[in-house]
Amino acid sequence: MQKTISKGELIAVFIVALIAIVVVPCLNCFTPESSPFHISDFTINLWGEYCCYAILAITVDLLWGYTGLLSLGQCLFFSLGGYMMGMYLMRMIGSLGQYHMPIPDFLVFLGWTRLPVFWQPFSSFPFAMMMVVLLPGALAFVFGFLAFHSRIRGVYFSILTQALTYAACLLFFRNNILMGGNNGFTDFKFLLGFDTRTAATKRGLYIASALFLLIVYLGFKWLTATKLGKVQRAIRDSENRVLFSGYAAANFKLFVFVLACVVAGLAGALFVPQVGIINPDQMSTDKSLEAIVWVAVGGRGTLVGPIIGAIFVNALKSWATRAYPDYWLIILGGMFLLVVLFLPRGLVGLAEHTVALWKRSRRQPEDDPPEAPAETAATAASQIASK
Amino acid sequence: MTRRKDFILEAEDVCKTFDGFKAISNLNFYMDEGELRTVIGPNGAGKTTFLDLITGRTKPDTGSIRFGREGIDLIRKNEYEIYRLGIGRKFQTPTVYTDHTVFENLLLSLEGSRGVFSALFSRVTSEQRDRIHEILKTIGLSARVDAKAGSLAHGQKQWLEIGMLLAQNARLLLVDEPAAGMTDEETAKTGELLLSLAGKHSIIVIEHDMVFVRQIASKVTVLHQGTILCEGTVDEVQANERVIEVYLGRKHSHN
Repeated sequence: MQKTISKGELIAVFIVALIAIVVVPCLNCFTPESSPFHISDFTINLWGEYCCYAILAITVDLLWGYTGLLSLGQCLFFSLGGYMMGMYLMRMIGSLGQYHMPIPDFLVFLGWTRLPVFWQPFSSFPFAMMMVVLLPGALAFVFGFLAFHSRIRGVYFSILTQALTYAACLLFFRNNILMGGNNGFTDFKFLLGFDTRTAATKRGLYIASALFLLIVYLGFKWLTATKLGKVQRAIRDSENRVLFSGYAAANFKLFVFVLACVVAGLAGALFVPQVGIINPDQMSTDKSLEAIVWVAVGGRGTLVGPIIGAIFVNALKSWATRAYPDYWLIILGGMFLLVVLFLPRGLVGLAEHTVALWKRSRRQPEDDPPEAPAETAATAASQIASK
Repeated sequence: MTRRKDFILEAEDVCKTFDGFKAISNLNFYMDEGELRTVIGPNGAGKTTFLDLITGRTKPDTGSIRFGREGIDLIRKNEYEIYRLGIGRKFQTPTVYTDHTVFENLLLSLEGSRGVFSALFSRVTSEQRDRIHEILKTIGLSARVDAKAGSLAHGQKQWLEIGMLLAQNARLLLVDEPAAGMTDEETAKTGELLLSLAGKHSIIVIEHDMVFVRQIASKVTVLHQGTILCEGTVDEVQANERVIEVYLGRKHSHN
């Protein structure tokens, strides 16, 4: 009946993916810096970050646009994934820190001479990756289980996710949980033996991010076309009908929530080595709200929308915070208002609308099909009225 | 009272109070397997609350509600567990998945697995497709199979929701005001459909439209202030003086 992905779309995705994953890195690597086609290391690094933000935005949309769950805490799960990767990166600094001790600098500063027990397994990359998945996943499972089985819905769910994020943010600001306090983790040096400060590693991380974005996009594309995806949207539109059709809506919501949070955590783990820092600021509530703006601007309820939104808003931010540093928040807020008031379906909706208008204006001179049925409807209405 | 074995539904001494308002008080209701029963009553008589109690949407303060020969206690179960026992419900305002096509609405309602992981890998079988097209023919929506349910007219949404109950193949159908917002012709067709389903399924219909009630009713239960006022055929009920007083009488005085 319904295909997961149309042929035209598949070709478009393939072309964009080819440019992002193959052409752009080649332009960075093989063209001289003087060439007009050269893409700088700075740009590559920036786009790697955009890819991670785009993945975060897709997870927000999977919850908000597809399931009707407005989570104001996606940045928490993104940061938790980032922190787990950060712990591994901190261990990889070895004795190269300021204090030349075999433990992270901030621990030395706090008076530690030996590594705390829970830090020890993080020297292992597989263990750290496992924690990148497990920690956000487990938190999402426990929180989601309690929230969904207590039938917490709508704005109450949003408020709870925001409260959870705020609580976690305050927790990570504390020095005594030994997670770096307000400075967080920084000054990373090695990832799997590669120096994270070199152009080649940054390029590699960019490719990994773009590839992961592609996988997430195609995976969610498939997911939303399955019966589970249909139930998901049914929950968004009429949760009561879903319950009275025999589906345990709470279990479906829990599955989607855990999945979205795990993917957000993985995006965070890719993000941290590229920006070179993770601190509690990253999980503050306004970061989660920013992710909501990306999705709204790009187009809620589509999978392309969040990607476009995340890249567009962040590119705008990069430019605006340099050109008009004092006005960025006003620009962001204004953009959100404009989208909410005039573009309910975001940039994607605007594009679809424009294409539809263009098609109609081209068709109009030849024959007038839209006019005819409207006329009969009008005459029918007048007939009924005259009775 | 000794339990008769062939009741599909029995509610005994059921009470439900909302903030001091007695929505249902000492309700006793028995229904035979395969019966088509109509429940009427003035606004606020507790008709919809009664359906809410059966389907687990609200829990009674006291009393028992049992289902089927096995006498399964419905009070301890939640909405989807009750659905899985074979009780389907059509809401007063048509409740369909507006963003899904008519086909998908029926597909989601077809009997079958309801698990999260089976939903990931389930595919539409040809039997399911045949069954959906059969239902579409019954409810007269074959031409709108790929239309979004949100674009249907009010009456068509009502039919779609009835179709979703058919897809479920429930033992007991609870149908809340099926004729609301329908033309006379559509109402008559709805009546025929419900009559054709009786016997194979047990059906409770809640309705205001007395012409419709007369068309379908074999047995009518009149609810008033949360309790049963009388039961009988349409003629018996309409001749009952207390019914005339509280329900039909009031209706006459309006006209």
